[in-house]
Amino acid sequence: MPLDHSFIGRTYPPTPPYEVGREKIREFADAIGDPNPVYRSQAAAQELGYGDVIAPPTFAIVLTLKAGHQVVMDPELGVDYSRVVHGEQRFVHVRPIRAGDLLQVVVTVADIRAAAGNDLVSTRTEVSTVSGEPVTTAYSTIVVRGAAE
Amino acid sequence: MTSFGELEVGQSLPAQEFPVARADLVRYAGASGDFNPIHWNERFATAVGLPDVIAHGMYTMAVAIRVVTDWTGDPGSVIEYGVRFTRPVVVPDPDGAVLRVAGTVREIRADGDVAVDLVATVNGETVLAKARAVVRPR
Repeated sequence: MPLDHSFIGRTYPPTPPYEVGREKIREFADAIGDPNPVYRSQAAAQELGYGDVIAPPTFAIVLTLKAGHQVVMDPELGVDYSRVVHGEQRFVHVRPIRAGDLLQVVVTVADIRAAAGNDLVSTRTEVSTVSGEPVTTAYSTIVVRGAAE
Repeated sequence: MTSFGELEVGQSLPAQEFPVARADLVRYAGASGDFNPIHWNERFATAVGLPDVIAHGMYTMAVAIRVVTDWTGDPGSVIEYGVRFTRPVVVPDPDGAVLRVAGTVREIRADGDVAVDLVATVNGETVLAKARAVVRPR
């Protein structure tokens, strides 16, 4: 059954504030196998002109994935999560996320369409500080694979 | 870094190879919060029609940008990064997979921003399409 296209344009409430910790950035950098010291050492970050350690370019997914669950897990929309795979992802950074940031995420359903027997759901998520400074915009498309006939 | 030095359109960035093992996916699941069992549970993955456990697309994306961030030295120089996940990276246990990533300077803009195209393959097959980053000298 195709997904309800009236969800296009729907914006979900801001997520609770997320405080970016140095150790979380280190954990993420370890998990992607990236030894860059700017993710771990305040001194290394300051050498590059940052006040504190910065996060890898895809770190925002830690916040935006959870925010996106508001859509994917929305019982009204009815996505079968077991059939979800990631289709596309893009980040546009105003500045790197850094340790100490207090961030919130607002997710909007940008598009829902059917293609080749699958449903595609695109979202746009705005990551900003709780005081309203824009940090990153993430664009994501998930593919809900159609059940085999 | 105030510039990326002498650059030419078409110039290659140093290519890299990244081994991907099942344990890497488990660790990435924990760090990212994406515990979808298709990324660690073979029984579940095959039951939903996948050939085996597949890597998180976001893991592949995170690893691939290393070709850019290792080149600039400053990961904060990446102001834009997008990919399309065209083919799953299948990660069998215990052999895993090897991701190969190459980068090319596609465009040098008047304001100094540099657009880079990435090509990511496993066993010679492309796993990311439209993989593009824009870096800005600081």
